[in-house]
Amino acid sequence: MKEFSNRYIFIFSAVMVIVVATLLSLAATLLQPRQQRNLEIEKKKSMLESIGIASTQETTETLYDKYIRESFVLNAKGEKVDGVEAFKVALSIELKKPLEQQYLPVFNATTENGEKITILPVEGKGLWGPIYGYVSLKSDMNTIYGVTYDHKGETPGLGAEINTTPFESMFIGKKLYEADKFVSIGVLKGGAKKDDPHNVDAISGGTITSKGLQKMLLDCIGKYNDYLLKNRN
Amino acid sequence: MSNQEKEPMFSAKNLKLFTAPLGRDNPITVQVLGICSALAVTVKLKPAIVMALSVTIVVAVSNVVIAAMRKYIPDRIRIIVQLVVIAAMVILVDQTLKAYAFDVSKQLSVFVGLIITNCILMGRLEAFAMANKPWPSFIDGLGNGAGYGIILVVVAFFRELLGSGTIYGYPLMAKLGIYSTGYENNGLMILPPMALIGVGIIIWVQRSKNRSLIEKK
Repeated sequence: MKEFSNRYIFIFSAVMVIVVATLLSLAATLLQPRQQRNLEIEKKKSMLESIGIASTQETTETLYDKYIRESFVLNAKGEKVDGVEAFKVALSIELKKPLEQQYLPVFNATTENGEKITILPVEGKGLWGPIYGYVSLKSDMNTIYGVTYDHKGETPGLGAEINTTPFESMFIGKKLYEADKFVSIGVLKGGAKKDDPHNVDAISGGTITSKGLQKMLLDCIGKYNDYLLKNRN
Repeated sequence: MSNQEKEPMFSAKNLKLFTAPLGRDNPITVQVLGICSALAVTVKLKPAIVMALSVTIVVAVSNVVIAAMRKYIPDRIRIIVQLVVIAAMVILVDQTLKAYAFDVSKQLSVFVGLIITNCILMGRLEAFAMANKPWPSFIDGLGNGAGYGIILVVVAFFRELLGSGTIYGYPLMAKLGIYSTGYENNGLMILPPMALIGVGIIIWVQRSKNRSLIEKK
């Protein structure tokens, strides 16, 4: 084996690092627009899912434009804020701000038979990482029309069950309000009664994820309280 | 170089580099490398196949890169150089998946990044590419990637079939009408221990067929 001088080793490492860095930044820059688009499609896809419309990578954008007609941003008092695009608001960033400065996005959808539906984004913490999703409400701003959840890395088979249809479909028809009081939806260990309007079954073995989900709904939808009360009919 | 006899591209020796890791020198069942990711990505066939392809590409290309540079890599920093090459390749694969196969990259999530820690890669670079020419190294990489992939696909096939009742997403069990006879999917198949047991069964079968693999006491 040939001996290499220290000088050679330094030059070798320097050149290697520069070459690799150039290569990687080039790849990242070239692929970024496509990746960004994928993320947008993903977001639209889950919004559509929350109003019960399945879409594929190709059909998402057309369906989104067809059903989701209007979107705007509220402040913490429930007043509309102009000049902010609701779709571009990242909830994970908003949640870190103080409440008064947070933007609360609202998406309005109209279904095939003319029913008006409000879609609200939610985000919270599971056991291993963030959990997030969309909750859609009927025009009484009380009854849940549909939900969709997703997660970054909950335990497969346990906490990860939150993004499956059997779990999500339990939420349909549940009520957020008891008269004028916001009570949210509870996720109960040991099971909820079938006619209980405010609770659903928790996931066995997914206690922390279930609790995180309950807190996510309470915190995120609770912020819309003023808006929801004002616009119910 | 010039007075050396030129070896044909697909000589028996080169072909053996490809076939050995598929069977008696398999990275998972014989060398017991890369077990971690084998447990994680074998719940369904699709991620298993993508993972197998990604690992094959990464190990083959890194092998070529290292083999081409092998005379210029200072011995003292060779491990670092190997790591940098692998890491760069993995990031390229990860970024490409995110751009062109978003669904799959979501399912694989962190495991693509963790290809870096897959022992098969470092093992092949250190043991083979550092001492061989690019072409044999390329074949060696393909062989080891395929040997890894074949186990992944076999395990994933059984885990998906028995755990979810589907094959590559196709609802086979439901189509056959087996559920009406009282059959239920086995939830244990979805959990990581079954991957370990699955790999264990493959090792058992392989060793009972090829006695030379059994360690002498």
